[in-house]
Amino acid sequence: MSLDFFIEALQRLLPGVPLTLTLAFLSTGIGAVFAFALAGMRLSGILPLDWLARGYVFVFRGTPLLVQIFIIYYGLSQFPEVRHSFAWPILREPFWCAIIALSLNTGAYASEVVRGGLLSVPQGQLEAARACGMSGLLLFRRIVLPLAIRQALPAYGTELILMVKATSLASIITLMEITGLAAKMISDTYRVIEVFVVAGAIYLVINFVLTRIILLAEHWLTPHLRARPDGVVLPSDALIGDRA
Amino acid sequence: MNQPGFFELMSFGPGGWGAAMLFGALMTLAVAVCGFAIGAVFGAVAALAKIAGNRLARIVADVYTTVLRGIPDLLVIYLFYFGGSSVLTAAGRLFGSEGFIGLPGFAAGALAIGVVSGAQHTEVFRGAYRAVQPGEIEAAVACGMRPLLRFRRIIAPLVLRHALPGLGNVWQIVLKESALVSVTGTVELLRQSQVGAGSTREPFYFYAAAGLLYLAITSISGFGFRRAEMHYRRGVARRPA
Repeated sequence: MSLDFFIEALQRLLPGVPLTLTLAFLSTGIGAVFAFALAGMRLSGILPLDWLARGYVFVFRGTPLLVQIFIIYYGLSQFPEVRHSFAWPILREPFWCAIIALSLNTGAYASEVVRGGLLSVPQGQLEAARACGMSGLLLFRRIVLPLAIRQALPAYGTELILMVKATSLASIITLMEITGLAAKMISDTYRVIEVFVVAGAIYLVINFVLTRIILLAEHWLTPHLRARPDGVVLPSDALIGDRA
Repeated sequence: MNQPGFFELMSFGPGGWGAAMLFGALMTLAVAVCGFAIGAVFGAVAALAKIAGNRLARIVADVYTTVLRGIPDLLVIYLFYFGGSSVLTAAGRLFGSEGFIGLPGFAAGALAIGVVSGAQHTEVFRGAYRAVQPGEIEAAVACGMRPLLRFRRIIAPLVLRHALPGLGNVWQIVLKESALVSVTGTVELLRQSQVGAGSTREPFYFYAAAGLLYLAITSISGFGFRRAEMHYRRGVARRPA
């Protein structure tokens, strides 16, 4: 074990960071759209939509992500119809296959998070909004969505971390992100432990920074839970009486 | 050209892959059960360290769970698969053996999954221990039970009951993680489908069959865990009004 080797490993593995982050953020973003759509279907009260969303979540949560990646990357090319379709330029690329699989996968998990958030919005808030004359989209945009996002944020943060870890599977379909570069370096040098330590440290730093950012966002979104600076008195304090 | 259909491919007759796929599914179960059991041991030790250990033990356990939850499982499998072989080879050289000693993929995979899931087990056990009412432990002390007896008769059964839902989650995660062990060449369900897909050039059918088998395993075991939960809660569950 030498310092030089650690520096060399760092130099070889750091170029994988942008790909790891791109995979994680892009698929979490696309997955969030799926998640909202699925949660909407679950809560729509329309039985066929509800069952469709349930079936989707059941299938994607009940099978390994790697199987999903293989079905999309290797499996779909079995059909000549797919190979000759407009989608082939996308489905031929391992990058886009990884993005599709990761998005579909995280969409299933996150739909439960979003559903919980949407259900957590208190009935009284909705009634108050209706009493103010809001309805439909305005009510959703102004009242439901902000409250649901605030409620769902911690769990969604966990999902983002899990996605960063899940991107490592993209290395199995030849994408050279951090784990892919690490596996290549291990087979080049046979210095397993050093490479593992460096790659693991990079992932830990990424996840540590992400956790901090999520905590910061949580802090920013929940001003009502923070300790008030001294001397600030809200009008409501007078009504409720002495509140420490 | 006559391509065999899905059901022909997955049949049990000559030329069918049904038996091979089922054997792969059994191997997947074996990897998952071993990984889960190893993880439970790691988890129990780390939870004990977090609950009752001294400062050093607590720090070690905290580092263990933090690190293992922040690193991709695939990386840990690579570490055990490639690293295990080089450690074994070095140890073999110490005892005068020349040449390469490989750690079997199954052992490396089960060990890696065990170490990873151990971090999740730790939190499940710790949470379950905290859910045990202090009064129950005090009562056991008052009855004059010594620590080991107390653990066996009072703490372990109560912790297990509280831990059961969490353990069910960990089991599902372990089951799906076991697919990663295919990178070590262990012929479990996913590896078997890769082999089949390669030799018949019908990858979709093989991965779809693998997906269906995983789905069957996860839903059957999920059902089993729910039944077990109901069984062990029957004395304490709130009755529906």
